[in-house]
Amino acid sequence: MDGAIQQQDTKAEAQREAVIRVRHLRNQFGPQVVHDDLNLDVWRGEVLGIVGGSGTGKSVLLRTIVGLNKPAAGSIEVLGVDVLNGPDADRRRIEKRWGVAFQDGALFSSLTVLQNVMAPLREHTGLSESLMRALGSLKISLVGLPQLSCGKFPSELSGGMRKRAALARALALDPEIVFLDEPTAGLDPIGAAAYDDLIGELQQALGLTVFMVTHDLDSLYAICDRVAVLAEKRVLVEGPIDEMTKVDHPWVQEYFTGPRARAAQQKGHDR
Amino acid sequence: MTQLSIALEQINDSLRIAVAGEMVTQSLEAVEKGFRAIHPDADHIVFDLSGLGSLDTGGAWLICDLARRASAAGATVTYENVSATQSALLETVAQNIATEIPAEAPPRGFVPWLESLGRRTVGAGRDTASMLGFLGLTLHRLARTLVMPWRLRRAALVSQMEETGFKALPIVALMGFLIGVVLAFQGATQLKQFGAEIFVVELISISVLRELGVLLTAIIVAGRSGSAFTASIGSMKVQEEIDAMQTLGLDPIEVLVVPRVLALLIMLPILGFVADMAGLFGGALMSWIDLGVSPGMFVTRLKENTDVWHLAVGLIKAPFFAVVIAVIACWQAMQVKGSSQSVGQRTTSSVVQAIFMVIAIDALFSIFFSEVGV
Repeated sequence: MDGAIQQQDTKAEAQREAVIRVRHLRNQFGPQVVHDDLNLDVWRGEVLGIVGGSGTGKSVLLRTIVGLNKPAAGSIEVLGVDVLNGPDADRRRIEKRWGVAFQDGALFSSLTVLQNVMAPLREHTGLSESLMRALGSLKISLVGLPQLSCGKFPSELSGGMRKRAALARALALDPEIVFLDEPTAGLDPIGAAAYDDLIGELQQALGLTVFMVTHDLDSLYAICDRVAVLAEKRVLVEGPIDEMTKVDHPWVQEYFTGPRARAAQQKGHDR
Repeated sequence: MTQLSIALEQINDSLRIAVAGEMVTQSLEAVEKGFRAIHPDADHIVFDLSGLGSLDTGGAWLICDLARRASAAGATVTYENVSATQSALLETVAQNIATEIPAEAPPRGFVPWLESLGRRTVGAGRDTASMLGFLGLTLHRLARTLVMPWRLRRAALVSQMEETGFKALPIVALMGFLIGVVLAFQGATQLKQFGAEIFVVELISISVLRELGVLLTAIIVAGRSGSAFTASIGSMKVQEEIDAMQTLGLDPIEVLVVPRVLALLIMLPILGFVADMAGLFGGALMSWIDLGVSPGMFVTRLKENTDVWHLAVGLIKAPFFAVVIAVIACWQAMQVKGSSQSVGQRTTSSVVQAIFMVIAIDALFSIFFSEVGV
């Protein structure tokens, strides 16, 4: 009986393709160990939410996967390429296939929004200026910003608009994987819900894989296919959010069965 | 991965466009021109996407753009062999396609140039007024600190004195020494022609003590500390730390500007004095080596023929330079807006303005001292 279930599981595993595969990752800053023996798989086409208390290294994990932070040990494969020890040429090829939206946007402050979105196109494609402008403006429209904001500088935008512009830049090359660091933090509930819908829509339309660090329970219930909980320096549990309430761990219990979680769950089911 | 290609086929009044390959942003280069060259003058446009591998928003944009142009020309557009996801993507892109992308290149020509000239002129006037206002505000806070010394941030003052003064000692001393050496060397070659080598002592002492020691020290400090002031306070401005201070009831001038101005006020005369002494030492050393003027003779002649006023005339200027450098640097920092680029621009103007003002004030002092005859 057990064997049969296991077989079924492996069959299901074989059908899905891991676009990100993290193995035995160890991150430490001086004596402080952030991750120890952390394993994580992200499947193609899913929206994965990374949750965890403050200081559990959610952002560090994201930064490590995209190569901004060198881990002490472990291996990371993205789209089949070893991003830590593989050849530089492979790495650069992979960089064109992912997009990263940082928490505060990290837009280039000396460029306008449109120029920001065009920057990756300019760097990695040989398209004509007019087509790049057209594609840039399309991305800006896709993330729900008015065309008027094309010529604005990042300092002239509100926090929410900056987040959207950052997403537009992350989507510029039509990547397969999008990394989002707290995409809805600091947005008003309406704006946050709209952003969730936007990510959901884009994910459907463009077939994206989304790796999302978030604290927002509404986002988790609304768009995440799976949730990975970081605690005790590793991925404590991962799975669909409905299963999280059954996990026997004090932090997970408190997180997913608290009053805010119940409200978010209700809202998620109403959608 | 099949090469991206398009094939056109005209059947009666309908144009059949067959797209094959991977229609993704990074390979669009191959077909961009081809798509743009198609003039949809047929009554029916049929897109055949049967050979299409993958499609992303970039590829969808080219198709939608052509479809839009065709509809505008009065043609009907249909898609064949399109999968559900591709059709959803095409629809999403079609909804978001912008008919007009706002131009962002600034207008050129005589009138805009004249306009910007006018703007800059008015801006320069406003800046001067604003800087003088800031100077007044700073002097007021400085005076208040003198009356109420307990309001002074002593820790900030000491750390600024260390940063702007103590740590600048080696470079300032080295610079003074080299100036003395250069003056002795250049003076010697000229004075030898007249057999008046001994006057090299006056040449060195008067030029270093009256002018060069303090002036060059001020220029070094303007480059070293002025830029640091602007960059650090400017970054705080970008991070809204200055706003935070104000909401907490802290006066940014008192907390940030006064310690810096005071630190320079105290340290610049000291640095100037060090530069003077290093200059005399360098000059004496070079006179000894090159002209055979012994250190003993140098000192005797220095005592006899160089009035102590020369030293005073030089050092009197130091506090004025200090205030000018610190106030310009802090004012520029307060003008930082929004971006980190602005911090860089302001830091540059801070150093340039401070050095210019130091030299201008030095010239005014020269005129003043020669008029009063010291």
